[in-house]
Amino acid sequence: MHGDNRLPRSLAETAGKSESCAGCPNQQACATGTAPTGPDPAERMATVKHKILVLSCKGGVGKSTFRYMRAKHAKNNNFGWSPVYVNDNLGVVSISLMHSESDDEPAIWRGPRKNDLIKQFLKEVHWGDHIDYLVVDTPPGTSDEHITLVQCLLDTGIDGAIIVTTPQEVAMADVRKGVNFCKKIGVSVLGVVENMSGLTQPLSDVKFMKLTTETGSSVDVTQDMISCIRENAPELLDGVFAWSQVFDSSGGGAERMCEEMGVPFLGKVPLDPQLGRAAERGKSCFEANKCSVSAPALKSIIEKVVASIKMKEDLSGGENKETP
Amino acid sequence: MDKGEIPEDANEHCPGPQAETAGKSEACAGCPNQEVCATGTAPKGPDPDLVAIAERMTTVKHKILVLSCKGGVGKSTFSAQLSFALAGMDHQVGLMDIDICGPSMPKMLGLEGQCSHKSNFGWSPVYVEDNLGVMSISFMFPECDGEPAIWRGPRKNGLIKQFLKDVYWRDIDYLVVDTPPGTSDEHITIASCLAGIDGAIIVTTPQEVAMVDVRKGVNFCKKKGVNVLGVVENMSGLAQPLSDFKFMKKLGSSSVVDVTEDMISCVRENGPELLLDDVYVWSQVLDSSGGGAERMCEEMGVPFLGKVPLDPQLCRAAERGKSCFEGNKCSVSAPALKSIIEKVIASINIKEDLQSTDGEKKETP
Repeated sequence: MHGDNRLPRSLAETAGKSESCAGCPNQQACATGTAPTGPDPAERMATVKHKILVLSCKGGVGKSTFRYMRAKHAKNNNFGWSPVYVNDNLGVVSISLMHSESDDEPAIWRGPRKNDLIKQFLKEVHWGDHIDYLVVDTPPGTSDEHITLVQCLLDTGIDGAIIVTTPQEVAMADVRKGVNFCKKIGVSVLGVVENMSGLTQPLSDVKFMKLTTETGSSVDVTQDMISCIRENAPELLDGVFAWSQVFDSSGGGAERMCEEMGVPFLGKVPLDPQLGRAAERGKSCFEANKCSVSAPALKSIIEKVVASIKMKEDLSGGENKETP
Repeated sequence: MDKGEIPEDANEHCPGPQAETAGKSEACAGCPNQEVCATGTAPKGPDPDLVAIAERMTTVKHKILVLSCKGGVGKSTFSAQLSFALAGMDHQVGLMDIDICGPSMPKMLGLEGQCSHKSNFGWSPVYVEDNLGVMSISFMFPECDGEPAIWRGPRKNGLIKQFLKDVYWRDIDYLVVDTPPGTSDEHITIASCLAGIDGAIIVTTPQEVAMVDVRKGVNFCKKKGVNVLGVVENMSGLAQPLSDFKFMKKLGSSSVVDVTEDMISCVRENGPELLLDDVYVWSQVLDSSGGGAERMCEEMGVPFLGKVPLDPQLCRAAERGKSCFEGNKCSVSAPALKSIIEKVIASINIKEDLQSTDGEKKETP
């Protein structure tokens, strides 16, 4: 993974021997054939029970939910690249965990180089003897990464794709593309999630500002408002949260889109600043009770996904048993 | 030795069409250019596409890229509103949408379902107003609305070059280029093929996870020699009229009751001086405790252009293909956007004046 645009991958015949290998830290390993050659994706995927793609086509809908773990490198051992483990049963692989350069350096890579890395992830990462779920987080769009991923994994069986969106009509255009992409390439749509579906926040997390029309500035009247309510109707302050649609869903949102397109609607997740904070800190939203509005919604959606996958598995198991 | 420019559709380890091993190395196997390179018939000299693009761009005065690296930060909304604003100032404006997989410009400019037409002069943009023309992949394949463009990099690059070479913009003051998220094929191609870019505006949101992508965006510009006009922090706090909010009270674990009316009545009766009609609700929403874009710009030595609040009215305007500067609906976001756009124009004018002054000095004996 070290080096510049022109370095051949470790599996190429010229690995370690071409001019562009000179000075590469992996040169000797590649030239003497001791670099991990990696099995085909099919072999690696033999220890993976279920594979779920997370797509969006549109960016910034909340598809990725965890941040990079900075400055940790995936180790290259005899079995291949190892994931970085969050805990005993959750391992992560990302380009950020492999590059020794600063996180601020952009990967200014054209399609072929990205494709190579994705193939390397699929062929050379050692996920362990057995994992139940491989979740693949994808970038926005329907381009190189998505094509390569599906081409490599389809034969090994992709359980399905979850498409994440936001409520607005401009996002629905991308959901249609996402669903049609899955149909064209033969990936089942596990369902669509409508994220950022209304802002829900405890009353204590919002401010009330009053516009002063003379100067165009604002004054904070939060204390005055809360005091007024506390003095006259204190029961209105307990357990109250503020709600606003924010992203217009008057077009019917993802639920209507799913009806039109005949794909499952998995549910809505509210725009929850606590979820944003948990993601920034690399924490699970299911720990503690901070993400009180988003965690239950996510839990419900994830339970539907797991149930759907299990149902398919039971059906396939049933068919196999019946086959003489 | 100059090994020549690597063709877009070349294999991964192309030695270069003018290298000694061109067409003959192992890396050339299967490359569509292999025979041409091996027989020495690869074109020598500058890429003819670049020549054609440079010719087209002689009628374009200023070129602005709008980047984000991170998706969903409001880059396309910003590009659309920037274009509306420039056109509203009576400039001649072109807007080029190079997001091939997720083209948003047709919707955001109210041009869904429209087609571009080809004439002797080239492909015509679709016009919102006489002085605001737009080009997007959606206009070239309107029958494919809803169909994903499942295109690898080389094909996307080909279309972007076609936009640059073959679209007849006429004489325009500003060409705004809306890009997809990331720093990949589309960005490399536009930065390589479009000479004389005045600069890039990087749009972000306040969270730390977005700052990572801003840094990458700034570093991309530095590597590619593109000036950074500045960074916009979008969705910087939600500000909405009180009347757009509801207040819900939890009853037990699963039910809620709407107490909005009760709360409003309580304040009207007991605190009328608060004049609820002038009150709006403010919430940070996207955490900026890391310092947001302003601090990041200080660290990276690039201009901070300003903050735009998360304004549902702006979202609605974008959905309806309208300018946020018409009417008074986008009362929280329009002034912020206006201020940012004025800074961008001033920055471009200053550079232009400096270049003219340098030019005059050189001419003076």
